[in-house]
Amino acid sequence: MSASAIFILDLKGKVLICRNYKGDVDMAEVDHFMPLLMQTEEDGLICPVMSHGKVHFMWIKHSNLYLVATTNKNSNASLVYSFLYKLVEVFTEYFKELEEESIQDNFVVVYELLDELMDFGFPQTTDSKILQEYITQEGTKLEVAKTKVPTTVTNAVSWRSEGIRYKKNEVFIDVIESINVLVNANGSVMSSDIVGCIKLKTMLSGMPELRLGLNDRVLFALTGRDKGKTVVMEDVKFHQCVRLSRFDSDRTISFIPPDGESELMSYRINTHVKPLIWIESVIEKFSHSRVEIMVKAKGQFKKQSVANNVEVRVPVPSDADSPKFKTSTGSAKYVPEKNMVVWTIKSFPGGKEFLMRAHFGLPSVENEELEGKPPITVKFEIPYFTVSGIQVRYMKIIEKSGYQALPWVRYITQSGDYQLRTNI
Amino acid sequence: MTDSKYFTTTKKGEIFELKAELNSDKKEKKKEAVKKVIASMTVGKDVSALFPDVVNCMQTDNLELKKLVYLYLMNYAKSQPDMAIMAVNTFVKDCEDPNPLIRALAVRTMGCIRVDKITEYLCEPLRKCLKDEDPYVRKTAAVCVAKLHDINAQLVEDQGFLDTLKDLISDSNPMVVANAVAALSEIAESHPNSNLLDLNPQTINKLLTALNECTEWGQIFILDCLANYTPRDDRESQSICERVTPRLSHANSAVVLSAVKVLMKFMEMLPKDLDYYGTLLKKLAPPLVTLLSAEPELQYVALRNINLIVQRRPEILKHEMKVFFVKYNDPIYVKLEKLDIMIRLASQANIAQVLAELKEYATEVDVDFVRKAVRAIGRCAIKVEQSAERCVSTLLDLIQTKVNYVVQEAIVVIKDIFRKYPNKYESVIATLCENLDSLDEPEARAAMIWIVGEYAERIDNADELLESFLEGFHDESTQVQLQLLTAIVKLFLKKPTETQELVQQVLSLATQDSDNPDLRDRGYIYWRLLSTDPVAAKEVVLAEKPLISEETDLIEPTLLEELICHIGTLASVYHKPPSAFVEGSRGVQHKRITGSVGSGESESPDTGSAAGASEAPPAVIPSQGDLLGDLLNLDLTPPATTGPPPPTSGMQMGAMDLLGGGLDSLLGGDLGGSSAMGAGFGAPTPAAMPASFNAPVSGGLDDLFDLGGGVGIPTGVNSAPKTVWLPAMKAKGLEITGTFARRAGIIQMEMTLNNKAMSIMTDFAIQFNRNSFGLAPAGPLQILTPLGPNQSIEVALPLSTVGPVMKMEPLNNLQVAVKNNIDVFYFSCQYPINMLFVEDGKMERQVFLATWKDIPNDNESQFQIKDCHLNSDAASNKLQGSNIFTIAKRTVEGQDMLYQSMKLSNGIWVLAELRVQAGNPNYTVSLKCRAPEVSQCVFQTYEAALKN
Repeated sequence: MSASAIFILDLKGKVLICRNYKGDVDMAEVDHFMPLLMQTEEDGLICPVMSHGKVHFMWIKHSNLYLVATTNKNSNASLVYSFLYKLVEVFTEYFKELEEESIQDNFVVVYELLDELMDFGFPQTTDSKILQEYITQEGTKLEVAKTKVPTTVTNAVSWRSEGIRYKKNEVFIDVIESINVLVNANGSVMSSDIVGCIKLKTMLSGMPELRLGLNDRVLFALTGRDKGKTVVMEDVKFHQCVRLSRFDSDRTISFIPPDGESELMSYRINTHVKPLIWIESVIEKFSHSRVEIMVKAKGQFKKQSVANNVEVRVPVPSDADSPKFKTSTGSAKYVPEKNMVVWTIKSFPGGKEFLMRAHFGLPSVENEELEGKPPITVKFEIPYFTVSGIQVRYMKIIEKSGYQALPWVRYITQSGDYQLRTNI
Repeated sequence: MTDSKYFTTTKKGEIFELKAELNSDKKEKKKEAVKKVIASMTVGKDVSALFPDVVNCMQTDNLELKKLVYLYLMNYAKSQPDMAIMAVNTFVKDCEDPNPLIRALAVRTMGCIRVDKITEYLCEPLRKCLKDEDPYVRKTAAVCVAKLHDINAQLVEDQGFLDTLKDLISDSNPMVVANAVAALSEIAESHPNSNLLDLNPQTINKLLTALNECTEWGQIFILDCLANYTPRDDRESQSICERVTPRLSHANSAVVLSAVKVLMKFMEMLPKDLDYYGTLLKKLAPPLVTLLSAEPELQYVALRNINLIVQRRPEILKHEMKVFFVKYNDPIYVKLEKLDIMIRLASQANIAQVLAELKEYATEVDVDFVRKAVRAIGRCAIKVEQSAERCVSTLLDLIQTKVNYVVQEAIVVIKDIFRKYPNKYESVIATLCENLDSLDEPEARAAMIWIVGEYAERIDNADELLESFLEGFHDESTQVQLQLLTAIVKLFLKKPTETQELVQQVLSLATQDSDNPDLRDRGYIYWRLLSTDPVAAKEVVLAEKPLISEETDLIEPTLLEELICHIGTLASVYHKPPSAFVEGSRGVQHKRITGSVGSGESESPDTGSAAGASEAPPAVIPSQGDLLGDLLNLDLTPPATTGPPPPTSGMQMGAMDLLGGGLDSLLGGDLGGSSAMGAGFGAPTPAAMPASFNAPVSGGLDDLFDLGGGVGIPTGVNSAPKTVWLPAMKAKGLEITGTFARRAGIIQMEMTLNNKAMSIMTDFAIQFNRNSFGLAPAGPLQILTPLGPNQSIEVALPLSTVGPVMKMEPLNNLQVAVKNNIDVFYFSCQYPINMLFVEDGKMERQVFLATWKDIPNDNESQFQIKDCHLNSDAASNKLQGSNIFTIAKRTVEGQDMLYQSMKLSNGIWVLAELRVQAGNPNYTVSLKCRAPEVSQCVFQTYEAALKN
């Protein structure tokens, strides 16, 4: 059904730690992984699924590690990748960083976790907050374990433990929208969408019932109200705590939240978004002598708003040298290892326009290798504002002890995959 | 202090030291020692020598230490099975520990110790744990049943664990339900006939309820299990879909894909005019699009699946072209998949955007991606006619870049565009010719040569161009050589005056200096054509070509259906059925979509009454292993046990019939004796077994069948000895043997019906499934008197050829249903195709010549008939008996060429050229027909006729 065994390898393909779950694939098969990977890489056919004889490898890479699952069955591939990423998430929450050293430093806990996370190829409890209740780094004393029967593990509410206490009950709601745009070299917007997510930081006692109200157009249509601005969410994804069938029937977002930080939901809105920071660029390449770059950035958002930490990254040829810059605001820096100029503007008010000029020398002997045409990318963050106009209308919090709790809401718009193709 | 210190001890004598520490009285020291042992194990050192010492540490009240010892056991128990027994007592004790964590840990670990001797000790603790009060223990025990089943299936069945597992589906705890479902699915997968998951509306309802409450992984287990269920009607189908759709909003991509699988499959059951059907279609697009924001590996799986979904239901994503645009930083495997989907979604509405994108991609640096992008432009031109002009000009722009592989790729696709739109874009030829020198890949060279030959009259220096290729003729690949030969012949036919020398040069290169048979044959044919009748040659070589098809790389529909049932799995990623890559996929049932009844959308190959027959496609290849169990099913057919054994066919036959019976119950599930159309297996006499059927037995018999494929087919007297079509044990005592004959222009099905049952049979009737040539009974089955026990009757059924037509595989397959007072039985048989050759199949010589030229070369197929010792006249006579008529005979260089024709009952003409060389026992027959599919069958007739 899914994985027969899970391996964590270092960059050379040496097994750091592994767990055999089903015993139907020879553990030595993993020795074929690295040669296979190098072969496919060389052929330019790299692929997340590889097979050697009857054994199939599904793998992901994380920092300096490969996480590899083997199988000889028709496994559910999407489950395996989801699980591998879940492994990364759990280990990261346990060890802060998941890398070669943290595996060695914690091999006892890693073994324990691998034993708990998956059984006979079936993923089990993978919620790290719950796992931390009974798999601790100090080594559980039996006395402690006796008092802590892991009820949460098998509860219908498997993501929140009972008996949580806070003096002050609060919940912080972050609405974060990322703007993805792809602009062609001739300036036309090829595709654009908004991927939003709502993150919670829950500091609430007991087992609270929460209900989140958004200005969701479908909900408004259902309830027959049509006042104010509404938002059409193309696709919504929820944390497992949200009752999906409830949402499906009457669009109510009701849930018992996990404690602490979590991502409650994400949504996608497929509208034409005016690129909030518009870039016009002229890049002229004079072979054997120089490259001249002129970039104009314009803030196409409300005057009252300000974009923070704006970074415009402009690609330059890999053999460029002796950079010279001139900027109307902010500062430009050449990052040779990434073959780009990064123009940083700390604060960029709406409606304003700024300019950057760059000049590079080119060697007289031309680089023979063909270079790609990386796009200009932009990073930014605009607080107190969402492009879609989505709003949290209310957050109802009901707990049987009847405490009063305060919800705090914050809105941020930021750049997602923000690419503008260039001519060179 | 971190654990890394445990890795640092590498001294000699380490094992000895560890041994001492393990036996220390101090708990802390013991624990430290075990950690060191595990650390050594992790880095691959062999610490199995410490087995008894480590096991001694097992009885501890420290949970961490216990886990480490368990871990050690899992690793080394297999290499020390005798010592592993030492651990059993502690396991059993731990299974009764008051702490559920320890109980679960013990039962979980015991299942991982794959030592046969231990398993029997596991049974009692497992039984208790399956009924434990704590759900954490129950869910772990549920998985343990699957583990144990993997080690010793018989034991699990004997102990009744499977029933307990089934009961857990009704458990109050959703996690337990999910794990029970997972365990049952796993067991069922390796034992497809165990009927473990007898899903019925009640269990489905339980699963759907648990779906709302269990963890994300549990949801996947349940959804994957649901996907195996076949709803009884469209209403049930709809209600399940309604309860599954909320899962599309789950944050976990794997949950979403499994939900998509269930919906895609069950949607087939819904009538298309239903409002809900449209709603469902609309609901599927957004989550599929969102999957493209997942991690790249998950995106890749999603894209491979979207590729399937787009082929099956193009309407779902037809407006979502933009999301498949390639990002600069996408990994290459994502880029290539996106490109593939873009082409599938390309239409008149979005072609402008698509082209702009493709052009952008074509200037990237990654060679494979660029090539695919260029090829995609060509495919767009062929697919969307309105865009062809723009595509061509885009391709020309790309050729101007002079980037070598771009140019080559562009020329290959332009050739296809010329084929699709003749006489439209030839103005670009000049540009193409400029790039002749840079072409170094065979495919591009062949394409360019084809273009030069095809348009030789418009290219002034065509002869020079082609001549330049001729210099290195023998270094070229076959593809290029063949193309060059044809191109020069074309050139000669168009400009005969200046190119005589050139054509002679290429002909002699091809025929005399080459040892490639294809090349030589083609050379000779051209040579002969040119020397005998240049006008005819012109008509052959310069014939009008058929159009090429728009869509390429489409997955064959039945495979597509199967893959849709495997969405999210490796099969869907590889685009291959699981049987193609899973070891020992013995008897794995092909998952198929069951179409909605009367929706008119899915073809039903049944004879009407044979419901469920499509469940057993003849391609399923079960292996011997499973047959043993199924032989038991034979006594489901009562008469077979009482009636006498099949008398005539001898021992070997009998044995094969057993296999046939076994197979059938395997394929048809519980259909028992009256099962299905898969009965291609049911008539396993060697003579009637076509080679293409995979025999269910190993090597030796296989060969037997292979031989039978060609040899046994009757001819000459137009009738073969009767073979068993329907064995008695499959038909409740009715045995049918039969053969086909053509007598006085009438096709007859001659059968012997033999009653081997104890009771009288009456009320016989016969019906055919639709078949390739519309064969149908011309009248009712003439059996007027009841057939008593042990009686038999001969009957000849005249056949007409005006019945409904459906293409069969193999072409001459005939599926028959016979009814009597007892039941309806199905079998299939194959008729020699010469039954269909009509008496007036002799073509006029002139017509023959014209037709031969008229039929495109691609339709020609050539076969060798080996070891035939007839002279050409005798061969001609023999063939005439099968209504294959010789029209002309020529002798060239000691080789007799017979030109022959035959006509099928549906008016299809087949033309043949039979080459017989004195002293050479190998004949060559070339067949040309507008319906080239029949060639293989016709060839078999030839072979049979000549060798008989």
